[in-house]
Amino acid sequence: MRTAHSRWRKWQANVGWGASWLATALVLFGLADLVITIVGRGAVSFRWSMLTHVIQSTPSGLQNAILGTLELVVLATLMAAPLGILGGVYVSEFAPLQVAKTIRFLTEVLSGVPSIVVGYFGYLLMVLAWGWKFSALAGGFALTVIMLPYILRNTEASLQQVPLSLREAAWGLGMTRFQAISRVIWRPAASGMATGVLMAIAIGMGETAPLLYTAGWSSVNPNFQLVHSQVGYLTYVVWTYIEQPYESAHQLAYSAAFLLLLVVLFINVVVRALLTRRSLRG
Amino acid sequence: MKKVSSGIKTADKVFHVATGIAASSPVLFLLAIAAVVVVQSIPSIRLMGWHFITGIEWNVGNTYGALMHKNGVTAAAGASFGALPFIIGTLASSVIALMIAIPVALFTALILAYRLHGWVQWIVSILVELLAGIPSVVIGLWGMVVLAPFVAHGLGPVLTHVGVLIPYFRGPVGTGMGLLTSGIVLAVMVVPIITATTRDLLQQVPVLYREGGIGLGMTTWEVVRYIAVPYIREGFIGAIALGWGRAMGETMAVLMVSGNAINFLPHNLYSPISSMAAVIASQLDSAMSDGSGMAVHALSELALVLLGLTLLTNLLARLLVSRTHHRRQGVRA
Repeated sequence: MRTAHSRWRKWQANVGWGASWLATALVLFGLADLVITIVGRGAVSFRWSMLTHVIQSTPSGLQNAILGTLELVVLATLMAAPLGILGGVYVSEFAPLQVAKTIRFLTEVLSGVPSIVVGYFGYLLMVLAWGWKFSALAGGFALTVIMLPYILRNTEASLQQVPLSLREAAWGLGMTRFQAISRVIWRPAASGMATGVLMAIAIGMGETAPLLYTAGWSSVNPNFQLVHSQVGYLTYVVWTYIEQPYESAHQLAYSAAFLLLLVVLFINVVVRALLTRRSLRG
Repeated sequence: MKKVSSGIKTADKVFHVATGIAASSPVLFLLAIAAVVVVQSIPSIRLMGWHFITGIEWNVGNTYGALMHKNGVTAAAGASFGALPFIIGTLASSVIALMIAIPVALFTALILAYRLHGWVQWIVSILVELLAGIPSVVIGLWGMVVLAPFVAHGLGPVLTHVGVLIPYFRGPVGTGMGLLTSGIVLAVMVVPIITATTRDLLQQVPVLYREGGIGLGMTTWEVVRYIAVPYIREGFIGAIALGWGRAMGETMAVLMVSGNAINFLPHNLYSPISSMAAVIASQLDSAMSDGSGMAVHALSELALVLLGLTLLTNLLARLLVSRTHHRRQGVRA
C-alpha cells in the first residue's frame, strides 16, 4: 500500500542522499580545481633553470628557496624525529597508564596550538631573548615543535599494535627492555614510524607561519650557518611574489607552489602505499 | 648460563631515562610557549587593560617621536592597540567556515561510510585526506586567483539578492578579498578534518543498530537521521570543535584572501577583514620598527588571546570525543 506519507518518506530519503552525493561531488570538485589550477599554472611557469639560479639573478630562480626549505626541514627532522620516536617509545612501553594518558593528551593539545603562535614564541624566545637573530636554527626549532606531535603519536600508535606476546617472548629469552625494544619490538612498527616521520616532513615543508618570525628571508643561497644568518624558503616565495605586480614574480610564485604541491602529494602517496602494504600484511 | 652484563643493564637504564626525557618534551614545549607568551604580554596588558579586546584602533604610534609613559610602561607616542576587529574577524570567518563545512563534511562522511564500498571508498577517502595535506599557502594561492574572482563576479552578486531578507548579505561585493572568501577558504581546510573523523565515527555505529532500523521499516535515510547521527553526536561535535580550533589558528590562507583590514569592523559579508593570526604575521615589520618594543608585546598579547581560544576549543573537542568512546564501551551491541 502506498500512502502519501510513505511517498513523503521516500522523497525525503532521496533528497537527503541527493544532497550527500552533491556534497561529496563538491569536495572532489574543489580538490580537482585546486590541483589542476596550481599544477596547470605551475607547469607553464616552471623552468628547469629555476633549479640552478637564485631568486635575484637573471633568469631568476628558486635555488635559494629550495635549499633553504631543505635545510630547515632537515634540521627540524634531526631534532623532531629522535624526540618523537623516543618519546613514543616511552609512552607506549614504559609510562604508567596515567602518565601515558597525560602525555598523549598534552601532545594533542600541542598539535592544536596555532602555527603562528609557535612562530611568534620562537621569535620572542630565540630571535630576541637568546639573540640568535633570524636564523636556520630558530626556524628549524619552530618546525620541530610543529612536527613533534605527529611523530610521537604515530610511533606510539604503531608500537601499541605490536602484540604483547612478542614482548613476552623477548623478555622470556632474558632480554632487557632496551634489548627487547631495539631488537624485536620496533621491527613490526617500523613502517608506522616511518609514516609518521614522512607525514611530519610533508607538514613541515608546507608550513609558512612558524618561519616568518624565525627564519626570516634571504635571496641568496643559505650559507649553512646555524645562527645569525637568515634563510629563504619556498612557501615564502608563494606568499610574497604573488602579491607583486610583475608577471615574472607570479611565475616564481606558481612554480614554488607547484614544487611544494608535487613533493607533498608524492610524500602522501608514499605514505598511503606504506599503510596499505601494512594493512594487507596484517 | 650467560649473565646479563652490567653494560647491558646500564644501557637499559640510559634508554629508559632518554625516552622519558624525549616524552616530556611536548609537555615542556607547551609550558614554554604559554609561559613566554604570557610574560611578554604583561606590558601590553598594563598599557591597554580591557581596551585591548574592546578597542578598534590598532596603531603602533609615532615610532620616530617622543615616548609616552602610561600605567608604568613605555610606548611610542599615540600608540593604541585595540584588537576587537581581529577578534571579530577570527570569530566571523571561522564561524562562516563551519557553517559551510559542517553540512558538507557530514554529508560527505555519510557517503564515504555507507554508500561507497571497496576500492572506490578507498580512493575517495584518500582524495579527501589529500586535501588535508595541501600546504596552506597553496590553498591561499588558489583562493586568491580562483576563489576571490569567483566571489566578486559570480557568487557575491547572486548572494546580494538575499540581502532583502538578511541585511548582512547586501553589497557592495568589492574585490572578492574579504570575509566570505576567507570563510570559504577556511572551509576547504576544515572539511577534510571533520569528514575523516566523522567517517570513522559512522563506521563504528554497530551494524545491528542499523539493521534493526531497516527491520522496523525505516528508509536508509531515516536510519542515518534517527540512529547513526544521534549515536555519534558527541564525537561529531568534538570533530567540529577540532575544526573550529584549526580554522581560528590558520594564518597564511586567511592572510592571502582577507583583504588585510585594519581599524574597522566588517559591515557586510564581503568587507575586508583580518584575523588575529593574519595580523601577527603581517605586522612583523611594524613590530620591529617600534623602538619602545611595545608593538612586540601587543602582538604577544594577540597570540595569547588566540592561544587561549584555540586551547579552549581543543579541550572541548577532546572531552567530547573521549566521552563518545566511553559510552561506546558501555553499550556494546
